[in-house]
Amino acid sequence: MAIKSQADFFSGVMFMVIGGVFAIGSTNYTIGDGARMGPGYFPLMLGILLALLGAAIVFRSLVVETPDGGRIARWAWKPLGFVLGANLLFGVLLGGLPSIGLPAMGMIIAIFALTIVASMAGSQFRLRDSVLLAVVLAVGSYVAFILLLKLQIQVWPTFISG
Amino acid sequence: MDFHLFQNLATGFGVAVSWVNLLYCLIGCILGTLIGVLPGIGPVATIAMLLPATYALPPVSALIMLAGIYYGAQYGGSTTAILVNLPGESSSVVTCIDGYQMARQGRAGPALAAAGLGSFFAGCVGTIILAAFAPPLTELAFKFGPAEYFSLMVLGLIGAVVLASGSLLKAIAMVVLGLLLGLVGTDVNSGVARFSFDIPELTDGIGFIAISMGVFGYGEIIGNLSQPDTEREIFTNKVKGLWPTGDDFRKMIPAVLRGTALGSSLGILPGGGALLSSFASYALEKKLKMAPGELPFGKGNIRGVAGPESANNAGAQTSFIPLLTLGIPPNPVMALMVGAMTIHNIQPGPQVMTSNPELFWGLIASMWLGNLMLIVLNLPLIGMWIKLLKVPYRLLFPAIVLFCAIGVYTTNNNTFDVWMVAIFGFVGYVFLQFRVEPAPLLLGFILGPMMEENLRRALLLSRGSWSVLVTRPISLGLLIGALALLAIVLLPSVSAKREEAFVED
Repeated sequence: MAIKSQADFFSGVMFMVIGGVFAIGSTNYTIGDGARMGPGYFPLMLGILLALLGAAIVFRSLVVETPDGGRIARWAWKPLGFVLGANLLFGVLLGGLPSIGLPAMGMIIAIFALTIVASMAGSQFRLRDSVLLAVVLAVGSYVAFILLLKLQIQVWPTFISG
Repeated sequence: MDFHLFQNLATGFGVAVSWVNLLYCLIGCILGTLIGVLPGIGPVATIAMLLPATYALPPVSALIMLAGIYYGAQYGGSTTAILVNLPGESSSVVTCIDGYQMARQGRAGPALAAAGLGSFFAGCVGTIILAAFAPPLTELAFKFGPAEYFSLMVLGLIGAVVLASGSLLKAIAMVVLGLLLGLVGTDVNSGVARFSFDIPELTDGIGFIAISMGVFGYGEIIGNLSQPDTEREIFTNKVKGLWPTGDDFRKMIPAVLRGTALGSSLGILPGGGALLSSFASYALEKKLKMAPGELPFGKGNIRGVAGPESANNAGAQTSFIPLLTLGIPPNPVMALMVGAMTIHNIQPGPQVMTSNPELFWGLIASMWLGNLMLIVLNLPLIGMWIKLLKVPYRLLFPAIVLFCAIGVYTTNNNTFDVWMVAIFGFVGYVFLQFRVEPAPLLLGFILGPMMEENLRRALLLSRGSWSVLVTRPISLGLLIGALALLAIVLLPSVSAKREEAFVED
């Protein structure tokens, strides 16, 4: 049997798997009955429902014709990697990573790292432009978040500010 | 119209017309217009980003500002749609069709004015409807027991799914997935930490901000970047002479009135709001008979701008009704408003009006003032926003990524949320690739714990008998409503129309 909609087929499989995992996971908790619902009752019901819906979507994807075969677009690994990478790098630099002994580097350094790495996700990357943008964003964030909103964020690296 | 309405509105204006609240209203409106004008960032991501920053504000000011962002975005979205042929906001998709054509004919000014004036009128009417309908609906809500609430949420979720675009089955699955994700964390009744994998941060549940920013913010950015750069012609230098002609006025006034009526009623519906209203209004204008000599739709008909733009603003205002009276968010933006209220320890629901009258009426009064600010921001000051349209996306998106990251981090001052937003960013992109609409997930996520709690109470009271959901008349009515909605959509003739409505043009 041929898959008539890739997008539907894979989303259906995704729903089936997630529903199944939740349903099986919820059996670790007390299920109880209607009058005395345990913590596992509602998730078990929903998990089964989600798995059934997923199965129905998979079935449809094998039966119903879709105009373009429901083709999944090419995965854009480059923007995916750079955007999420920039975000993770920001977290690591801002908060530090005690497990590898990296101290917190503070907001300003984290902003420069995020802006430059995130810019690489686009089709044209110019270092000069991203550094300029980073300067603008760093100054803007300092004024908005630290001076005006008074958020509790570490601004400079631990070894400078102590 | 009774006397109380005026008294209440007086209370409201007393709250809204303070320097602090006027300032936050203005900030909200400016931000809303800003993100409305900028394509690729919507009110959901912006409100999610700003939620943490509202901790420090008084609750009224916080809600006034966040509300301003939502209806401000409806104004700003039309500017981009008309001048660049890109929907600045999803609810401005249909405005592109005729608005951009008008701009090509050198009539960008009247198109912008039609959108702005229509939105202003609709916003004022929407606010009055909100003020007039909220008290009686609140009365009704007090008669609701857990069974009614459960059924109401079922109706709300079905409504959201039915009116959303795309595959119905996938949308329902997304709702259920959202409900499940909402259950992660400590169960309030038993104290058991569910699905938390012994991660201490997860026992508080998945962060609402992390999930919404990941899926809507990062997911969208990655999706936008994966598309090739499109050449777009921008009519920014040709905006002169804003004022429409007398003939324009004759055509647009009825369209504005129809759009307002349609938007106000669709906004109240569960699942309704700005997006649906604008689609419905465009479809209606297109069906009506043409006056002799009128330009056809798609060729720059002013009715195709005035109607939908009025409708989306009216819908944005009245979608606050289910939130403020029943505590049930009808769309993702309202789901975020629930989040905002919870941050300030306000339980959304019918009791808000009696326990926090200043907040309730202050918010409503601020909407009227906000609309007044927006018409000034968007017509005389239009030049400012046009300049903004020249900022290229390659400079814009790193800034958005940064604001998301800072916003998530400051929710709990904990890097754990930064890891979570990355995970959900990936998930959001997977959703985009699999062509599943993420909005229903967010609604389910908000309603998950509420639904479980109400179902639990309802069944406890009925000693485990599910029939309680159908023996109580209001509950039965709500469930029948949900079934009817599903049945209508599944009718072959309607389902074909529905696909058409969302694919069209």
